[in-house]
Order: sequence, then structure tokens, then C-alpha cells
Amino acid sequence: MAAVNPPPGSAKASAKQQTSAAFKEDLNKVYGWYTGGFLSFVLVLALAEQMGLSRDAIGIVFLLATVALYAGIGIISRTSDATEYYVAGRRVPAIYNGMATGADWMSAASFLGLAGTLYLTGYGGLAFIMGWTGGYCLVALFLAPYLRKFGQYTIPDFLGARYEGNLARGVGVVIAILCSFVYVVAQIYGVGLITTRLSGLAFEIGIFVGLGGILVCSFLGGMRAVTWTQVAQYIVLIVAYMIPVVWLSVKQTGVPIPQLVYGAQLEKVSAIELALIVDPKEQEVIAIFRQQADELTARLADVPAALAAERAATHGRLASLRAANAPLAEVQAAERALATMPRDQASARAIWAAALATTEARARPLAGMPPHAQAYAGDPQGDAEARKAFVDSRRNFLALVFCLMVGTAALPHILMRYYTTPSVKQARQSVTWSLLFIVLLYFTAPALAVLVKYEVFSVLVGTSFDQLPAWVGAWSKVDPGLLSVTDINNDGILQLGEMRIGSDIIVLATPEIAGLPYVISGMVAAGGLAAALSTADGLLLTIANALSHDLYYKMIDPNAPTARRVMISKMLLLVAALAAAYVASLKVADILFLVSAAFSLAAAGLFPALVLGFFWKRATKWGAVLGMVAGLSVTLYYMATTQPWMRGLFGVTGPVADYTWFEILPISAGVFGVPVGFVVIIVVSLLTPAPRQGVQELVEQLRYPQLKPPA
Amino acid sequence: MGPLEDRDQEQRQRLHWRHNLRLTSVLLSIWFLVTFVVAYFARELSFSFFGWPFSFWVAAQGALVVYLAIVAFYARSMDRLDAKYGVAEDD
Repeated sequence: MAAVNPPPGSAKASAKQQTSAAFKEDLNKVYGWYTGGFLSFVLVLALAEQMGLSRDAIGIVFLLATVALYAGIGIISRTSDATEYYVAGRRVPAIYNGMATGADWMSAASFLGLAGTLYLTGYGGLAFIMGWTGGYCLVALFLAPYLRKFGQYTIPDFLGARYEGNLARGVGVVIAILCSFVYVVAQIYGVGLITTRLSGLAFEIGIFVGLGGILVCSFLGGMRAVTWTQVAQYIVLIVAYMIPVVWLSVKQTGVPIPQLVYGAQLEKVSAIELALIVDPKEQEVIAIFRQQADELTARLADVPAALAAERAATHGRLASLRAANAPLAEVQAAERALATMPRDQASARAIWAAALATTEARARPLAGMPPHAQAYAGDPQGDAEARKAFVDSRRNFLALVFCLMVGTAALPHILMRYYTTPSVKQARQSVTWSLLFIVLLYFTAPALAVLVKYEVFSVLVGTSFDQLPAWVGAWSKVDPGLLSVTDINNDGILQLGEMRIGSDIIVLATPEIAGLPYVISGMVAAGGLAAALSTADGLLLTIANALSHDLYYKMIDPNAPTARRVMISKMLLLVAALAAAYVASLKVADILFLVSAAFSLAAAGLFPALVLGFFWKRATKWGAVLGMVAGLSVTLYYMATTQPWMRGLFGVTGPVADYTWFEILPISAGVFGVPVGFVVIIVVSLLTPAPRQGVQELVEQLRYPQLKPPA
Repeated sequence: MGPLEDRDQEQRQRLHWRHNLRLTSVLLSIWFLVTFVVAYFARELSFSFFGWPFSFWVAAQGALVVYLAIVAFYARSMDRLDAKYGVAEDD
């Protein structure tokens, strides 16, 4: 059985120890030089900027230099050896596996979106911070050491061996591919967004440029190349994230450790919030939005009449403008208004309903953001409605934390990484390193959100429109969806309610908010690219391996020679990457939903079968297969009936309220799937005969790092 | 291999697994407490803690430190447990 390492002789063991120590020393040297090289590269570019290098040129240099660097590492690490290709030769030291896992883990959503989500939702956003770190406790306690002891190549490998055959393996393959594909689409979308921003290329071309960088790595060298590029990408992304936040912290507080001092800034933010809520100017803006919302509600009550009335009014205005010989610009504006009017009742209803939703969201205090430090909406001491809002909001927070944590401990591209360490002991240590490297960024994101909020409250709000800092205008020109300011109440002063801010901008604009040169903005974008590329690499490899190793080699042609398996894996990688890029270029669904859906699907589909596989010898093949299917189905069903985009896809009509259970939002659908998975596995296992002796012995073997034959 | 040594090893394995399970459940309870119990009472626990409301600080930093401690402590304890019951790896 390949799962059990043969007991090495002591001479051989010490030789192995020496080579692995020397290997680690070499790595330290290489990555030390690399970090120095990266910093000098940034310095040289900063000098070039002083000497007049243009912004676009800086963006392109960053894009090309980093992608070329990753590709270079990929070419150096090319391999066709199966163990090298699938698990990087099983000699990645714990600390480097930790860094690679960190980069693998932190996606475009963590790097770009997280601080923005925290800015917009305050305490509610902390569900992501806890969920995406606390999951590693489950990885450490329930999965990593046992998977490493098992010592094969993929997650379906374990399901196949433990649950006796290809049925469980096949279900595992489907779930692994489903959640990895959903997740990789979101990453490639992020890659496209950042390359566009860095280079000014069209979104679709940006996707394919970034894809080139991904492919060179994983295509040539599999897990080996991906591991060593991910270490390089981790260094880029953490440096890029830290520098602007530290600078902003020095600017606001004089202390260069934002994580320690932002409590004071949070107190100030909360004090300003109280003042803003009662500010008459803010209330004026809210009243205007309220009025617009009421108009939209009235229109939606009788769409045909409203549409006719509006059409008549626009026609009338155009006619009177023409009659009065008004300036051409005004006439053209009126013509445009007429041309962009909703064509029929259905589209009018859709457009107005969307407008109503945004307007209502803005017609609330603090531009619709909850007070930053306040846990949960509503009020437990208030009236029935406030009490219900409080209980629902708290329940959804806890459910989301649960789904993200269990999903973390079930996403195959993360679990796969623990096959690459030299030993069980190092696999356990490596979880600690992974979490440490991840926590560095997750400690910083909430600090960044508070610092930026303080900056917005204290510098922007109350400033007259013609004196706003330059970055506001620059970003609203790039994309009004990211940032837009309009003088709603015509007083010439910016109120908080007059500002719309998208979550991705917080990280991207921080260098400019902190008053740093453009080269740092380029570096931040390069860091976001590193985060997206590294995650996409790991995911594509998971998909390709599930297809080539599990489906082709284990299920279709067990006699396939190694070289052909690796070849096929490379081909499939290409196919999966192109398919993901194609789906991403369609810009189909809500990206945040795609990411969180991957977590719920992985949690409900894989976690129960994996954990019970190690911890309960009695779990049987049919229990696992039905449990995985049931967990996944319940989760998918809940999403399909409650998530707007999925409802459209599956043609679900009827009020959402009829389908929701316990007021849980679709983002946390896994909270139902996980317990269903556990219950089905346990009940069905007890109804079916116990697994055969060999399987029970395998489970016994996995529980101990090494069983020595008695002397 | 004699039957006595065989039973001895079996017993060592059983004890190792039992210790492992005990450690796992203790650490899991701490994980549950710091995550879900603190978050459940987040409104009540909002006294000021160096400027942060306490529950906010726990969710943003405190819990993360505890998670790290759990994972690191588990790795160290398991190394010791492996050595104690003779199931550690050779290298």
C-alpha cells in the first residue's frame, strides 16, 4: 500500500535530513535575494517616476515584469515526473508550504474586496475575517495530518480508497471540479479587472494575458512550479498590501503599526457617525432620496400608465425645447433621454425596481452603512421589528462564519497542499505557518477599512466640491461604479450620502489617499494580480488533476504510463483554463456570490465524508456517497430557490420568502447542507454492513504518523 | 513478533488515539467558544477594550490569535504524543 512509507534505515534517514536541511537553506537564499530584488525593482521604478516615466508605462512594466517573473519560475521548475508534477516531490519545507498555501488561499476577493467589504459593512464583514482564518483550525485538527499520512495525490484519491471504489471517487471528482471551477471563474475575472486597470487593455484581452501567466506556470511544472511561484507571489502580495496601510497609519496616528492603533481611530469614527446621523444637511440628502424612492414606488404601482406619462412628458419637453430654439446640447440631452427610455413594460419594471433598490439603500443614514463598530442590525430591546432584525442579522452572521470555516476545510486546492510536505509532522507545522502568513493580511484588512473610513469622514465629508482631493476625480473617471460623487442637495459641499463607493476601490486607492507616488499604486495592483494568479493556478491544477489522475488514470485506464498521465493533465489544464476564461469573459453572475457559493458547496459536499472517513471506521461506501450527494443537493436547492441569479437560471418564480428557511441568506446555504451530509452518512452507514477489514486497517494506519513493526 | 509485544503496540496505539481525541475536542471547544459564543453575545460584550468594542476586537484580532495558538499547540502536543507512544516518524 503506497499510503505507508517503508521504514527507512537510520543512515538513510539522516542523509535525507541533511539534504532537506540543505534544500531549505538554498530556498532561504533564493527567496532572500528575490525579496531584495523586488524591493530594488520598486525603488528603481520610483526613481524613474520622479524622472518623468508616465503612469501607463509604470503599469505596463509592473504587469509584464511580474508575469514574466512567474513564468520564469515556471520554466525553471518544469517537470514530467509524476510525484514532482502532482505533489512537488513531497519535499516542500513546512514554512514554504505555509507561504504557498497563503498565496493559494488569498484570492482577488481577499486582497481587493475584503477591506472594501469591511468598510461598507463594519462588524458584519468580520464574518469573513473569522471564517477564512478559523477554518484552519478544522484543517489542522481534522484533515491535514491524516491526509499527509495517506500520502496520495488528490482528494478524490482518499475518497476512492476509503469508501471502496470509483463511485465515491467519482462523486468526489464532480464536487471538486464544481467548486474549483466556480471559484476559478471569479479569480480570472479578477485577473482581467486588474490587467485592464494596469495596462489599459480591453477586459477580454486582459483576461487572456493574465491567463498566459497562469498557464506557463502550471502547464510546465504542475504542483512543483505552482508551489515555487506561489511563494514568490506571497512575498509580492504581502509587501504590496502592507506598505500603503503602514504609510496611512503614520499619516493619521504617527505610529507605523496600524493593527495596534486603529482602535483609537475606530472610536473617532464612531463619534463622527453619531454626529453625521443627526446632521441636518445629511438628512436633507436622505429626504431627497426618500422622495425619489416614493416616486419610483408610485410608478411601479402602475407601470403602463407611468411609462405612457413619462414618454409623453419627455416628448413634450423635447417639443418645447425645439419650439423655444434651445441650445443644441439641451435638445440632444432630451433626445438621448427619449432614446434610452425603457422600451416595454417588462424592461421598465426591471429598470425602475433596480433604481428603487439603490435609491432606498441610499435614503438611509450614513449612506446605508451600519455604524462601523455596532454588532448586528436592529435592536434586541426595541420593538418587534427591531428585535427580529437583530435576531436575523445575528443568525446570518453566525451561519456565514460557519460556512466559510467548514468550506475552508474542504476546498480541494487547499487540502491538496498538505500532500506536499516531507512528513506528517511537517504537515501539522505547515498549517501553523499557513495560518500565520494568512493572518498577517487578515489582521491588516480591518485596520485599513477603519483608517480609510476616518479619512473619508474627516477629510472628504464637509469639503466643498471644488476642493476635493485629486484622487476622487481620477477614480470616478476610471469607473463611476467604483466611486462617484454628486451634489444631490446643491449646496456645493460633499455630504456622506452624496458619495457612492464600491468595495474594490478601498485597497486600490489607498496609496493615493496616503499621498504615496503612483509606483506604489502599480505595486498594489501587481499584488492583487499575484493574489488572483496564485489562487487560479492552484484551482486549475486541482481541476486538471481530478480529471487526469482520478477520472482518466484511476477510473478509465489504470495502465496508462506516467508520461501520458502528466501529458493529459497538462492538456486538460489548458481546456479548463480556456473554459473558465470564456465563462469569466461573459461576466455572468455576481462575483462575490460565486466565491461564497464555492465555499458552501465544498463544505456540504466534501467535509462530512472526509472527516468521518478518518474518525469513524464504521462509515461505509453507501453512507459516504449518499451523504455527499444529499449535502450537495440541499445546498444547491437552497441556492437555486433563494439567490436571484440562480432563480433566474432555474426559472424559479414565487416569492423568495416561501423558500427561505429560518431567514438564512443564500450565501450561507451550506449551513443546511453540512448537517444533512453528516446525518445521511451516519444513518445510511448504520443501515449498511460495516466496511471490509482492509479499509478499517487503512483508517487505523492513517491515525498514526508511523507504525513501526515490533522489533 | 510475540503476542505480548503485539498487544503492547495495540495498547499504545489505543492510548495515543484516545489522547489525540481528547486534545482535539478540548481545542475544538475553545475554537467554538471564541468564535460562536463570543459572536452570539457580541452586543452584550461591547465594552471598550483599548478603543475597540470588545466583541469587534475579538472578531478582528483576538479570535485569530487564539486560532493560531490552537493550531501551533496542537502541532507541538502531537509531536510529543507521537514520541511518547512510539509512533513518531524516523526523519
